[in-house]
Amino acid sequence: MNTPTTTTVSLLSGISWWKWLSIVLVLYSIIGGFLVDVPRLAILNESIRNLFFHVTIWFSMIIIMFASMYYAIKYLSNGKAENDIISEQCVNTGIFLGILGLLTGAMWAKFTWGAWWVNDAKLNGAASAMLVYLAYVVLRGSIPDFHKRARISAVYAIFAFALMIVFIMILPRMTDSLHPGSGGNPGFGTYDLDKNMRMVFYPAVIGWALFSAWITNILVRIRKLQLENDQIQ
Amino acid sequence: MLGEIRNFIGKEIKSEWKQKYAFQGLLLYVITTVFVCYLSFRQVIDPPTWNALFWIIQLFAGVTAVAKSFIQESPGRILYYYTLSDPRAIILAKIIYNLILMLALSMINIGFYSWFVGNPVEDHLMFFVAIILGSAGFASVLTMVSAIASKAGNSSTLMSILSFPILIPLLITTIRLSKNAMDGLSWSVNYQYVVLLACLNAMVCAMAYLLFPYLWRE
Repeated sequence: MNTPTTTTVSLLSGISWWKWLSIVLVLYSIIGGFLVDVPRLAILNESIRNLFFHVTIWFSMIIIMFASMYYAIKYLSNGKAENDIISEQCVNTGIFLGILGLLTGAMWAKFTWGAWWVNDAKLNGAASAMLVYLAYVVLRGSIPDFHKRARISAVYAIFAFALMIVFIMILPRMTDSLHPGSGGNPGFGTYDLDKNMRMVFYPAVIGWALFSAWITNILVRIRKLQLENDQIQ
Repeated sequence: MLGEIRNFIGKEIKSEWKQKYAFQGLLLYVITTVFVCYLSFRQVIDPPTWNALFWIIQLFAGVTAVAKSFIQESPGRILYYYTLSDPRAIILAKIIYNLILMLALSMINIGFYSWFVGNPVEDHLMFFVAIILGSAGFASVLTMVSAIASKAGNSSTLMSILSFPILIPLLITTIRLSKNAMDGLSWSVNYQYVVLLACLNAMVCAMAYLLFPYLWRE
């Protein structure tokens, strides 16, 4: 007897603890992010709350892209198809987070700098990194053979991650940049991030990272089912 | 290893010399582009535009020149190289050969560009350093991308979409360095850009050296 309620209950009990934790932490970061007392700073004003959304999303994007590189290296060393699927789906989740990051960043820029986009080393680096990963998707699409596609895209994924780190972490620090945390501007972790903000910020990073791992987990399962389905037919 | 690299570069130069039309084609490509730029602008104009235009010509010439390094090799010949030598020697040799090619193209480019459009550069030595570093960056990135793109279907489109995003930061840094050279700024200002570009090039070469053996296998 499967009434709708029992199905829902069994579905919910199938969710493992870290998924619950991600739901709780992301909800906490959204509610806390809007309610917590933040320092009153000139120009920034309430837009400082973007730290809880924009920065955490980009952090988890870097984590998920690192995972994609990790599984790419794993694929090259043992050649298991599963590692290739995980690496690919990490990139897909990463692109989704990257787009969210660009949108939240653009909104913040509009209200603090006065424009949706400014010509800045950090922003251009982020845009280039997104283009590099979009090219990854096209590259995968243009190689029909499964093993060849897996090997070549693994090589490109490793190359892409190294370049992304250079583009968004190293180059902006070397040149002038308006973006907080580069070009000599104070970023998070210095005086403008007070105790209240830390209490929301760090859980939010963990929450978004777990949440993106969950998205990736679902994407990987879908992809595996698709592949199985292809084999049956 | 060094001997292999030297032999391979020698072989590349010989085969280029044998099929002179490919190099002549590139030469004409650069000259025509410069002439088109001259006709569209008449005489250039302010230094930043001169600089940007020079590097954009250089970028397109580079993509055209380096694309053929793997894409135009026949599968049979690649298999032949595979039986002969270490893939790492081959990628390093290709990068060095493409660097030579890029330097030759940039000399021709700057020559004709100065002739038609004019040359407002003040610190020629610094500008030359910028050309060397920029060419090295183009050669290493484009050789690696050409190796990746040659394995896929629509390789000429892939060549552009894979290489342009990677080249943007490199190009911007190079443009800034050469702009400083044009304005004759002191070496102490440019020092950080030189180091940055050298590090970027070293990183790309190291990645190519480590990853190419995995691309190589068919």
